[in-house]
Amino acid sequence: MTGLPASTDKKLGLVIDLDTCVGCHACAVNCKEWNTGGHSAPLTDEDPYGGDASGVWFNRIHAFEVGEGTAGRTVHFPRSCLHCETPACVTVCPTGASYKRETDGIVLVDEDHCIGCKLCSWACPYGAREYDLDAGVMKKCTLCVDRIYNENLSKTERVPACVATCPAGARHFGDFADPQSEVSILTAARGGYDLMPEIDMKPTNKYLPPRPRANTCTAPVTDDDSIAPSGFLGLVDRVFSR
Amino acid sequence: MHPAYSVIFFTVSSGLGFGALMLLGFLALIGRLDPDPWLAAAVMAFALGTAAGGLMASALHLGHPERAWRAFSQWRTSWLSREGIAAIATFPPALVFALGWVVFGEVRFPYACAAGVAALLALATVTCTGMIYQSLTAIRAWAMELVTPGYIIMALAGASLWLAFAWRLVGNVDPMVTHMPLAAVLLGWALKAIYWRRLDIPSRGPTVQSATGLGAEGVPVRLLESPHTQENFVMREMGHRVARKHAVQLRRLAQGLAFALPLVLTQGVAQFPDLASWLATVLVLTAAVSGTLGLCVERWLFFAEARHAVTLYYGASRT
Amino acid sequence: MAAAGLYTIGGSFWEFGEPDWDNTEFFMMFGVAEDHDSNPIKKGLAKLKERGAKFVSVNPVRTGYSAVADEWVPIRPGTDGLLVMAICQELIRTGRVDFDWLARYSNAPWLVIDTPREASHGSFARDADGHPLAIDGRTGKPSNALRSDIRVRLSGTVEVEPGVPARPAYDLLMRRCMETAYSPEIAAARTGVPASVIRRLARELADAAFERAIRLAQPWTDWAGRRHTHVTGRPVAMHAMRGISAHSNGFHTCRAIHILQMLLGAIDCPGAFRYKAPFPRPCPPGQKPVGKPGEVAPGAPLAGMPLGFPTWPGDLLVDDAGRPARLDKAYSWEAPLAAHGMMHMVIANAHAGDPYPIDTLFMFMANMSWNSSMNTTRTMEMLTDRDPESGEYRIPHIIYSDAYASEMVAYADLVLPDTTYLERHDCISLLDRPISSAEGPADAIRHPVLKPDPDVRPFQDVLITLGERLGFPGLLTAEGEPRYPGGYPDYMVNHERRPGLGMLAGWRGAQGELIGRGTPNPEQLERYKENGAFWFHEMPPEMHWNRHANGDYLSWAKDMGFIDSTNQIVLQLYCEPLQRFRQAARGFGTYQPPKALCSRIETYFDPLPIWYPPLAQAALLDEYPLHAITQRPMAMYHSWGGQNAWLRQIHGANAIYLHHATAAAQSITDGDWIWVESATGRVKGQARLMDGVERHTVWTWNAIAKRKGSWNLDTDAPEATHAVLFNHLIPEFLPRAGDAARLSNSDPVTGQAAWFDLRVRIRKALPEEAGEAAPQFAPLPRPPGLAPAPTISRYGEDFHPRPKPLRRKLT
Ligand SMILES: Nc1nc2c(c(=O)[nH]1)N[C@H]1C(S)=C(S)[C@@H](COP(=O)(O)OP(=O)(O)OC[C@H]3O[C@@H](n4cnc5c(=O)[nH]c(N)nc54)[C@H](O)[C@@H]3O)O[C@H]1N2
Ligand SMILES: Nc1nc2c(c(=O)[nH]1)N[C@H]1C(S)=C(S)[C@@H](COP(=O)(O)OP(=O)(O)OC[C@H]3O[C@@H](n4cnc5c(=O)[nH]c(N)nc54)[C@H](O)[C@@H]3O)O[C@H]1N2
Ligand code: SF4
Ligand code: SF4
Ligand code: SF4
Ligand code: SF4
Ligand code: SF4
Ligand SMILES: [Mo]
Repeated sequence: MTGLPASTDKKLGLVIDLDTCVGCHACAVNCKEWNTGGHSAPLTDEDPYGGDASGVWFNRIHAFEVGEGTAGRTVHFPRSCLHCETPACVTVCPTGASYKRETDGIVLVDEDHCIGCKLCSWACPYGAREYDLDAGVMKKCTLCVDRIYNENLSKTERVPACVATCPAGARHFGDFADPQSEVSILTAARGGYDLMPEIDMKPTNKYLPPRPRANTCTAPVTDDDSIAPSGFLGLVDRVFSR
Repeated sequence: MHPAYSVIFFTVSSGLGFGALMLLGFLALIGRLDPDPWLAAAVMAFALGTAAGGLMASALHLGHPERAWRAFSQWRTSWLSREGIAAIATFPPALVFALGWVVFGEVRFPYACAAGVAALLALATVTCTGMIYQSLTAIRAWAMELVTPGYIIMALAGASLWLAFAWRLVGNVDPMVTHMPLAAVLLGWALKAIYWRRLDIPSRGPTVQSATGLGAEGVPVRLLESPHTQENFVMREMGHRVARKHAVQLRRLAQGLAFALPLVLTQGVAQFPDLASWLATVLVLTAAVSGTLGLCVERWLFFAEARHAVTLYYGASRT
Repeated sequence: MAAAGLYTIGGSFWEFGEPDWDNTEFFMMFGVAEDHDSNPIKKGLAKLKERGAKFVSVNPVRTGYSAVADEWVPIRPGTDGLLVMAICQELIRTGRVDFDWLARYSNAPWLVIDTPREASHGSFARDADGHPLAIDGRTGKPSNALRSDIRVRLSGTVEVEPGVPARPAYDLLMRRCMETAYSPEIAAARTGVPASVIRRLARELADAAFERAIRLAQPWTDWAGRRHTHVTGRPVAMHAMRGISAHSNGFHTCRAIHILQMLLGAIDCPGAFRYKAPFPRPCPPGQKPVGKPGEVAPGAPLAGMPLGFPTWPGDLLVDDAGRPARLDKAYSWEAPLAAHGMMHMVIANAHAGDPYPIDTLFMFMANMSWNSSMNTTRTMEMLTDRDPESGEYRIPHIIYSDAYASEMVAYADLVLPDTTYLERHDCISLLDRPISSAEGPADAIRHPVLKPDPDVRPFQDVLITLGERLGFPGLLTAEGEPRYPGGYPDYMVNHERRPGLGMLAGWRGAQGELIGRGTPNPEQLERYKENGAFWFHEMPPEMHWNRHANGDYLSWAKDMGFIDSTNQIVLQLYCEPLQRFRQAARGFGTYQPPKALCSRIETYFDPLPIWYPPLAQAALLDEYPLHAITQRPMAMYHSWGGQNAWLRQIHGANAIYLHHATAAAQSITDGDWIWVESATGRVKGQARLMDGVERHTVWTWNAIAKRKGSWNLDTDAPEATHAVLFNHLIPEFLPRAGDAARLSNSDPVTGQAAWFDLRVRIRKALPEEAGEAAPQFAPLPRPPGLAPAPTISRYGEDFHPRPKPLRRKLT
């Protein structure tokens, strides 16, 4: 049913920390590796060794330059489905293949019902849906639904593949409906924000802005420092024990 | 958005078909239908053929056409479902009307009522089509109030030219029919002009700053590295960009073909009643063909000039 | 990098040390894009930022690590040495130096003889027993510097013998650093880093080291048996990589960085750089390179390790005329301290028959005809060049082992297809490049998880078989039977480099109860597999700090076979071995360099750090105003990332990145095709404008470009049509000085390849030149029997069987 649940028991999602992401693509590759054998298997690659290699990915890493000169900053920017609360990608779907789960809020595609009309990919402002031309269905981030509840994985491994592999600790997973969860606390503490709030999809995933730059030197640097140049010889002219 | 020729063809043809049904219903209700069976057959074939043809073609273009029947189930939320239902619902009354008009040459009650119902359902279908686009908040150029009225008027304009030609072909120069295009085409032109002007106002819509949350107002945010060096589905489907200069030229072409030429031709013919009838027919036919071509260019631009919000992640600073 | 570290602090950046991520307050990184243990760096940076410590990245390009830095210092390539020496000058000038640390742990107090026209000039004054001397603070007289109870002076002059004056090494270092050539103002002009920033950085380093010193309540015993209740930590950590070492002034720059660490006392203490086992080792470690003319004979094994650490001209592998003995000229007067050898010169030297022609070039896992050679176009010609008279190939016979159809395979007469690392045993040993952490030693194995292709044998097994057939005593029993019939896994378990010291340090001894030293354990590999294919031993906490002078650690390390003596490892501010080579160049001693190299040796073998402009650039400044460098793309591993269907979607082509002001000067915009030209060659690629790059620098991602026809990619693959390889531009020889012998484009001290010394100019391509990268070469012939690459990949489909949906390929 593409009707949206009025509310969901849990609001599972990710927090992406733009302060520590170094743009290594490990999360994107590990996501594809897990999901090409998972819920939406396979994530097809067209012309994989040719001139127009193009495959289905659920997570992609951009890099932006913000500002200029010394105030300028480079920010590596992972982009995947935000599992929105009021996602147009669900309501536009004519077949009900695109749906949001009432229990945990995960937005999924039921590939047995999808007719491949691509309308949901048009509806998503974040470009989070990718059409598998070969399979004729739409595919998207599943928040690793076949992993986070997977009994035969250890407790610590029941996190999304992208979160498990991020070496920079830039990806966090949890329940935004639980104010005590790590993701809720992080979002509050670091000013986590929504992407394109004005388009009113009410994304669940939050992005943490780069931290203000740590600057240890408070005292202004004066050229003529307190010690006169000839003074340094005096400092070393003493005895030291071994 | 990627202006796929196939998509342009389906939407223009189904637009003409349902547009024709709307006009025929109107003409039936005001008793201005010419009972000539040849006219009826030709016109109904055109209307039903283009309508059904457009729908069938778009279904076949799906990833899984064999599951197209599922596309009717989500009418509570999906305009695409609603379009499908309305489209299918249009056919029974349209066929009853066709039965009456073509087979029995009968245009009065009850067939006129069927024509009226078909017209209303056709209007509903085209409205749904327009709403599919207008409801996509991710595409600023489409999420504008003028889009759905635009779809309706363009359908009527295109169809009115073909009906005027059909009427003339059988020698019927009912002023109601010959002047219908004048109203529809002028209204379409006005509406398109307003739409394009609004489109050119720098959008208050999402920017690369709001898409990424980086850079306060006025701080430049530029794409340094795309996640992939070759094109992917998202860029092929939604990343199409048309050069400003190119778009302006195409707008002129669309207006010329869809509005200016048809107006000149249809009103020219109307002003000189003593024109040789074969010449008049050819001119009206030219008007109809020009109108349809203009519709195709307009629809191509409707896609090509539409900037999807995802382009903000791929180098655009606004949509 | 490794050489500079091992001759200075007995460890090094690269893989022999790591920052203390948990405690550092100020982390400074020079020229690092990825490095070998790259994930640990990313984890560390996240920890450090979490704690609000400051991270400064000195790098011409602001991506990856530099993107998340609190401060990005955009330096002009090849000038870091000046920046570091200017910081040292500021620290010395303001007296913010850890003198106590220098006196206790370094050779700062050791007296250096000052007799300019004597052979002994610049060498350490030693007593009859060979102990270095220092000024005894109580008597003012020279005395054994190694005594634990001596109180030393770090400055002043004293006569070690009548008429033989000497000064403490620190006194000389202080004067070197205080030279005006190393003032912040002079440095600012060349590095592009403002003098005020240099001064501030010096102050921030000193504030962090001294004002925020750590007093860790961790008792430990020093080399002299003295018990300490606390460890003092200088929470300033540094790390550097090829941004420093890939320049012909890299050795001295790296020494300068280590000296900066020593001035702050920030070595192997809380919050600072920390050694990774098996380091620290004596500066430099004891083994000498083997391979002098007399030591190499056909049919006889080499008498020792081919790589080592020369400490005087007598250690060089040269003939009595001073000419190189090795083909790559490592450990010759051209590259005396070539700790890694000079692999990048093998093809050029073999082609020129200098020092001698060869019959067979046998290479393994090195794409030397493409991205790991300089002057790639010329290198390709050399591989097929013929001697005009004899018509024979100059390099007659090439054997090459590779796991993929790389560019090098096409040049091999005999190709040994190798398994991939998933299909064979491998060993990451403490005897080579360890994966230890600061808390303790670790090593690892790889074991097959996929069955190899039937007709492909693991290369290590092939090597052992080859050795057996050649009758190598090391691989045969006394009876001439194979010593390791089980192949490489057998060798990994049973080979003993020295009694009890094998390839793997974990689970040694009959029951696997020993670590480090012990008899071979037949079950060793099983134990590794049970433990996730690695072994790690955490040292007790009292051994964690000041290991160069930590008694408990030194004795434990000796037992583990890491070092041979428990003496304190005194760190070397002043590097006496360099002075020995310098004196030889001045005509002293029995082994002296060939005339042509004397001034070069004298200039660059300075026992104290110096900065000089990169050698290749000296002549080209105005004609080629820009620097050209490369960076490792985190998602790819050199060239062979390109054979991976997923990774090449991320990096299928590479642009030429430059600053938008530099581009605007030639009205170059994003996507324009541009030529990048050096004195050696030119390449054409597409420009990508950016802000976060030093204005005189252009850069690209390393090793993305591929030659048409290689790697089983289609000929229209962007790697061949759009990607660009900077290696074509890089000269392998320095500009010829008169008729002197051609010298390699490398560091004159270590022979390290100067990949980043490249100077270029850029020019917009003509409209008709746009559209394809240059240079292009004839497509490589497809290796026989290579199956065509699939046109669609549904990998993973069989992990999730579902009814085959109606699959129709649409346009
Ligand atoms: N993912 C991945 N990891 C790898 C490799 C790989 O191919 N892929 N290769 C491995 C190997 S063999 C190596 S040697 C290491 C190399 O590891 P790194 O040395 O980290 O890699 P490079 O890209 O060579 O780093 C050069 C860096 O120094 C900067 N630089 C260039 N010139 C200067 C300069 O003069 N001063 C300063 N301060 N910076 C400068 C460049 O901008 C770049 O950021 O990586 C290893 N790890
Ligand atoms: N411009 C520029 N050039 C550079 C550098 C730079 O920074 N800039 N970096 C330099 C440095 S530090 C390095 S280390 C070199 C790296 O250069 P190389 O060491 O040559 O690295 P690759 O290009 O990956 O070549 C390795 C080859 O080994 C093959 N191979 C992969 N796995 C296996 C295996 O299991 N067995 C066998 N037998 N073969 C295998 C690969 O297919 C590939 O052909 O590049 C150097 N060249
Ligand atoms: S990010 Fe896009 S695909 Fe994901 S829930 Fe939101 S609208 Fe749907
Ligand atoms: S492509 Fe599939 S999931 Fe998306 S709207 Fe169409 S039917 Fe629904
Ligand atoms: S949550 Fe799972 S599916 Fe979604 S981006 Fe991460 S790894 Fe991919
Ligand atoms: S793995 Fe982590 S650091 Fe790497 S790109 Fe993904 S989020 Fe960024
Ligand atoms: S390549 Fe392997 S060893 Fe190196 S950082 Fe990545 S995971 Fe660790
Ligand atoms: Mo390397």
